Amino acid sequence: MLPTNTHLLYPEFDYFAPLTIYEATELLAQYGEDARIMAGGTDLLVQMKMERQQPSYIISLARISALGGIKRLEHGGLEIGPTTTIRALYQYLTSSLQLPISNFQSPTSNLQSLQEACNWFSTIQIMHMATIGGNLCNASPAADSAPPLLAFDAQVTLKSKTSERTLPLTEFFIAPGKSIARPDELLTHIYLPASLPDTGSAFIKIARVTADISQVCAAVRITREGNCAQDARIALGSVAPTPMRATVAERDLIGQTFSLELAEHIGKQAAQEIKPISDVRATREYRQHIAAVIVRDALLRAWERTQ
Amino acid sequence: MEPRLVTLKVNGRTHHAALAPNTTLLHALRDLGYTDVKSGCEKGDCGACTVLVNNTPLNACLMLAWLAEGQEIVTVAGLGNAEHPHPLQQAFVDFGAAQCGYCTPGMILAAKALLDEHPHPTDDEMREALSGNLCRCTGYVRIIEAIQNAANELDAEQRG
Repeated sequence: MLPTNTHLLYPEFDYFAPLTIYEATELLAQYGEDARIMAGGTDLLVQMKMERQQPSYIISLARISALGGIKRLEHGGLEIGPTTTIRALYQYLTSSLQLPISNFQSPTSNLQSLQEACNWFSTIQIMHMATIGGNLCNASPAADSAPPLLAFDAQVTLKSKTSERTLPLTEFFIAPGKSIARPDELLTHIYLPASLPDTGSAFIKIARVTADISQVCAAVRITREGNCAQDARIALGSVAPTPMRATVAERDLIGQTFSLELAEHIGKQAAQEIKPISDVRATREYRQHIAAVIVRDALLRAWERTQ
Repeated sequence: MEPRLVTLKVNGRTHHAALAPNTTLLHALRDLGYTDVKSGCEKGDCGACTVLVNNTPLNACLMLAWLAEGQEIVTVAGLGNAEHPHPLQQAFVDFGAAQCGYCTPGMILAAKALLDEHPHPTDDEMREALSGNLCRCTGYVRIIEAIQNAANELDAEQRG
């Protein structure tokens, strides 16, 4: 049968709304590959309407309160529940960034890149519905939240009925639309390590309009020591099969005296590491060109924020 | 899966409807007679189906109706009617902010959510608040003017 593509939610499915993480993992153990987990639903329901996905079972996370909310950890890090909406995360970060930028007492004071990514994330309605965990688990190369989280060395916890593992986000993305999570595993926590002093971050997204999916996006984090970049991360989206770090560019940057010329050079280096394709949003050549520009600009912006 | 009896609270009224799990809130509402909620792209791009759920603007096309159970849903008809329009509704009329009108219910609800949060919005805040609502007829200038004026009107009302 040809796909009807009516954009109506035509396929039938059974629907579960478990109340606890354990119940959800039990359902996943039982239905596995035939089930899809639904958080905000803003991607999954579109995929189903387009008949790209036809799960027999939907497991909604909407009633599992343990998967929501943002917690400051004792050592200063942040624990973000995967069903936290993009808007809720944005508001949390915005209110904690109200402190002067130079005030590094706030454990979230250098999370500006994540705040910017949330702010440029699709439309207001989608921001209110979409979740940070859904954005990661869809494993889109264009996931806006992925580059800043990669640049903060985020970790994620995956739970099944019988197992639990915590791994760096760098290992999470496998291919377009594919993460390392097994069909019986549920993303239960996202961890950010404690903010470092003298650190700034920035996120830049190039898109036709801000509500659109990015053509290229980049997030950087720099820790300064005097005039040197003592530590740095550079991560990009929409430039490879998965969100990625530009590790050679990072190595070239660390330990160097920061300058405009250095930022230019690092931007070009990062552009050499990416593997963009041409698609409906941009050509490979454009992505290659603009990646160098936005990595440079993000570095300059993040550096300014370290002072 | 069998349809289930779902309780939906819309514009202060309680409905019980037998709904299958693959019914979106958009179509549940339209089938209940709330045809002021429009079906546009069905993909969360256009905002024609915007409703307020617990005062938050959401795309009803991307929400399963079962998930809306027990929540306070407001459609544009819930803000006011022809005899007693909401200042936003009146301003959209006064400023010619509607042409074909299909995007208007979503626009007004997105604007309502904005004014609830920011009674004195800047131009940027207004444009951001409408980022999820597309108008293909007339552009956004008059819509922005209407919202600005409704904000002034609401402010004047509050000051008495």
